[in-house]
Amino acid sequence: MIAALHEDQLVRVERGVEYGHVRTPGYLRGRHGRILEVVGGFPDPNVLARGGLGLPYRMLYRVAFCARDVWPEYAGSAADEIVADLYEHHLQAREDNDG
Amino acid sequence: MADDDTAYHDYGGRADGPIDRTEHEPSFWEQRVDAILELLGDPRRRLMRLDEFRWMNETMGADDYERLSYYERWVHSVTRLMIHKGVITRDELDARMDEIRHRPETSP
Repeated sequence: MIAALHEDQLVRVERGVEYGHVRTPGYLRGRHGRILEVVGGFPDPNVLARGGLGLPYRMLYRVAFCARDVWPEYAGSAADEIVADLYEHHLQAREDNDG
Repeated sequence: MADDDTAYHDYGGRADGPIDRTEHEPSFWEQRVDAILELLGDPRRRLMRLDEFRWMNETMGADDYERLSYYERWVHSVTRLMIHKGVITRDELDARMDEIRHRPETSP
């Protein structure tokens, strides 16, 4: 299984791409992050949830988000990050200047 | 599901105030519920996967989700899933519940 995205790539979490048993938390939808690590291919949770085998497998990435971007009122350090494991089909590659 | 992509079960990151971190010992029935889930999901039986179980929690509706306690949700979801998958029928469950309800009290 080939990863379409790579380490250090800037990404945006898509909104409304998929409903059902999706593991992407709502508070990260639409947020911009950076890929820390390509974790590997895993069974699709939304297919497993319906009793299937989880095919096709989905590439999973560890993605870091600036805590202040996610929670504007966040009182901790500006360097603090929140890290989440997210599937490739919920991520969109973006250029640094694409807002 | 709501337009903003967050469903009722999606608590994470929500500004809902401090978390109650008080520890409590699980009661006997709660431990049994936990054991039932372990047994149904074990690799020899494979009657249930974690994602199937979670999907039941995510589709029980906001009212039940808010009303029920943590392990009550588990019972609700595992029951729905086992009936949905044909492992048990509603009639079998009702008959068994009735039998237990009418069981004479025995001293331990």
